Amino acid sequence: MAESAKAVAALALHRFGMGPREGSIAAIASDPRGALLAELDKPGVGQVAAPGLAGSAMAFRKVADANAERQAKRIVAAKVQKEAAMAAEGNQQPDNDMASRAAAEAVPDPGRQIYLNEARVRIDAALAAESGFAERLVWFWSNHFCVSADKIQSMSGAYEREAIRPNILGRFTDLLQAVESHPCMLFYLDQAASMGPNSIAGINRTRGLNENLAREILELHTLGVRTVYTQDDIISFAKVLTGWTFLPAGDNPEHGGEFSFNRRLHEPGPQTVVGKVYEDIGVEQGRTVLRDLAVHEATAKHIATKLVRHFVADEPSPAVVDKLAATFRDTGGDLREVTKALVSAPEAWIFASRKLKRPSEWVISMVRAAGTTADPARFTAGQATLGEPLWRPPSPRGYADDEATWIDGVGQRLDIANIFAERIAGSIDPRLIIETVLASTITPETQQAVARAETRQQALALLFMSAEFQRR
Amino acid sequence: MATCPHLPSRREALTGSGALFAWTQFPKLARAEGRDPRMLVIVLRGALDGLGAVAPVGDPDWISLRGDRALVLDGPTPALPLDSYFALNAAMPNLHRLYKAQQATIVHATATPYRERSHFDGQDVLESGFPQPGTVDTGWLNRALLAMASGGRVDPRGGRAVAVGPVTPLVVRGQAPVMSWAPPQILPASDDTQARLLDLYHRTDPRLAKALESRIRLVALGRAGGMDGVPSNVAQLPPPGIARVRAYFAEAAGTAARYLARADGPRVGAMGFVGWDTHINEGAASGQLANLLGALDGALAAIETNMGDSWRETVVAVITEFGRTARINGTDGTDHGTGTVALLAGGALQGGRIIADWPGLKVAELHEGRDLKATIDLRAVLKGLLRDHLRVEEAALGSTVFPGSTNVAPTAGLVG
Repeated sequence: MAESAKAVAALALHRFGMGPREGSIAAIASDPRGALLAELDKPGVGQVAAPGLAGSAMAFRKVADANAERQAKRIVAAKVQKEAAMAAEGNQQPDNDMASRAAAEAVPDPGRQIYLNEARVRIDAALAAESGFAERLVWFWSNHFCVSADKIQSMSGAYEREAIRPNILGRFTDLLQAVESHPCMLFYLDQAASMGPNSIAGINRTRGLNENLAREILELHTLGVRTVYTQDDIISFAKVLTGWTFLPAGDNPEHGGEFSFNRRLHEPGPQTVVGKVYEDIGVEQGRTVLRDLAVHEATAKHIATKLVRHFVADEPSPAVVDKLAATFRDTGGDLREVTKALVSAPEAWIFASRKLKRPSEWVISMVRAAGTTADPARFTAGQATLGEPLWRPPSPRGYADDEATWIDGVGQRLDIANIFAERIAGSIDPRLIIETVLASTITPETQQAVARAETRQQALALLFMSAEFQRR
Repeated sequence: MATCPHLPSRREALTGSGALFAWTQFPKLARAEGRDPRMLVIVLRGALDGLGAVAPVGDPDWISLRGDRALVLDGPTPALPLDSYFALNAAMPNLHRLYKAQQATIVHATATPYRERSHFDGQDVLESGFPQPGTVDTGWLNRALLAMASGGRVDPRGGRAVAVGPVTPLVVRGQAPVMSWAPPQILPASDDTQARLLDLYHRTDPRLAKALESRIRLVALGRAGGMDGVPSNVAQLPPPGIARVRAYFAEAAGTAARYLARADGPRVGAMGFVGWDTHINEGAASGQLANLLGALDGALAAIETNMGDSWRETVVAVITEFGRTARINGTDGTDHGTGTVALLAGGALQGGRIIADWPGLKVAELHEGRDLKATIDLRAVLKGLLRDHLRVEEAALGSTVFPGSTNVAPTAGLVG
């Protein structure tokens, strides 16, 4: 097998996949591009089996029920405390913290376990994938349409399975509809409680409109910042979206946490969004706006730019962006075709100026290289240490895709690599990993540094920290 | 995988990914004058509600604007009076004390030149120092240091700084060497492994070499003495929730101060705190915003304590990308707005003052009928600090540091 063919295969796996596993470079070396495309054509691509995992609505209800139970216990405990304090003639202040602690111990929060179970499914899918191209697409879209477990832990994992995974190779408009109507997104971006000022509920209440979701759809999810929309468009669109909410958990054991269009919250009347008037046809008013946004010229450009920046270069080549944007336009936002256009572009296969892997990509490629499994609690803690905690981005913009954001974390990466290397050094020969993950792409310098290392642990740490393995 | 002493959760993870600082060389001209000034920039990401932090209690329209969400001088949690017109959120007793001691200055109704309402663009303008977003990948603080360098005033030994943090704030990114630090959560690799890796990077990847070099220098500086709290106490975390946020703010800011206070340490730093995007249930005298302000107040106290004698030569500038709507929104919060406050603290200040050209709160006086109008260009304040505290030349301030700002005169007399 030609060495250059191996190098292209390694590039394919690092740049577009989750990183090579034992034997995977050789397996795709005859046609790396074809192998990536073939993975997209597998039945059920992007989907995961998640036996025993609750859907988002049920997960939401579980956590809500536990919270309600804990609150009830806390009130009872506080009352007992207060009575005890009064019996002691008021010399002691009632200890509210103690009451809270007692209640928390009696009713543990199921949210953390749900989060870890969801993380396990995601990690296992990334470890089990052939090239991992489809999983990388899941990660990309999940970050583009990010939510945060800091705000809504119960649903953040199920959201990815329900709204993102089924749509990564479908039409962008279907992905958009699934995401923006998902209760997790409605909660995350404050849509669920927004009400039209002239809606039935709005007239009678002091609460009202919230612009957050409307703004981020235009700015981050579709058209892109500084494009064709104005503050007035945001307000009108926010009014269009009023009524998009979900059923509360407390009084609805069957359907609490499911999407619902609540006409009582909906602002009546037509709205103008980005130059077009949308008649008030209830939930369809919002769906129609989303359909138009999904095929807008600015959306095509925005999505094309983000895809190229994520997979190929911090500074996307305008030629490739134009190519993808044209495909997006010509196919009405067919993401399978757009993805194929990405992989087919010769510019996407240039070896030079490789991107720094994001922490999550680097960690998963390290585990794949070693052929081990990952404990979700440890794995998510490691990602948090590296500044990219799973499903907890610092803002709706998601995690950045540029080197400047991540390169100063190289010190933390070394610490993580060092600990991981310590764990696997007893059973794994660094020289085998070189062949597995870098093949002919390893530089003589790295080869020498690994060979001269004092210990296997040090050799493995250096290998995982090498520029060849940090970049893709 | 990593073994961590704790699993970051909820807001701690949020702050963890946003809070760290970076810094670089000595302002040499100021040293020639016998001073040794320190400056720390704290970026509050998410847009601070300036009216919720420093309330215009003397404005006749204040109460009608915010209703029962208005901070007031009477009531169960009275705001802390600053002068006859303004009062500080009661969650910030330390800042109030500093103000009374002439060691804090509050700039109100201020903003960058950015007039849209995107966080990310707003932070880009705030930190890049350019009037338009998306222009450059460097920050004004870094370019200010370069400007000092171009005058031949920089420590020829170059970067005194080091990076152990996943995310460096844009405000301090750039060509001037920067090191950064974030609370270490796991045991570090050995010096030998680090040295070998650095050698490998030097031969294969200069950018990775530079990043690793910075972190190694910081670790060395930390070990050089007097920094004992840094690597050891991170496992001792208080319970979750706001207590953890408070602890994180105080630890991050306090550690920055310990480095800045050292004779051989850096002199300029920057860090970011996230969580200020209070769209829902912002609260007023208590609640979400007050909790965060309390954590910030604790961070200021930690800086003052850890700076020791150097506090008298210190300025801390707390800035944010823009303000929030003047009125409360439909969900007991506030949406993205325009004018807000900048909080300055430090012994070097000529403090105890509110700097404001108050625009008023009537609908016609609000920006676009919804936001507090910005009547002071934040760049003027920052330029004033850079010129009079660090001694960056005024010509450079208007050209390379804050391009296109020659018509924005530096605010005079901020430092004493």
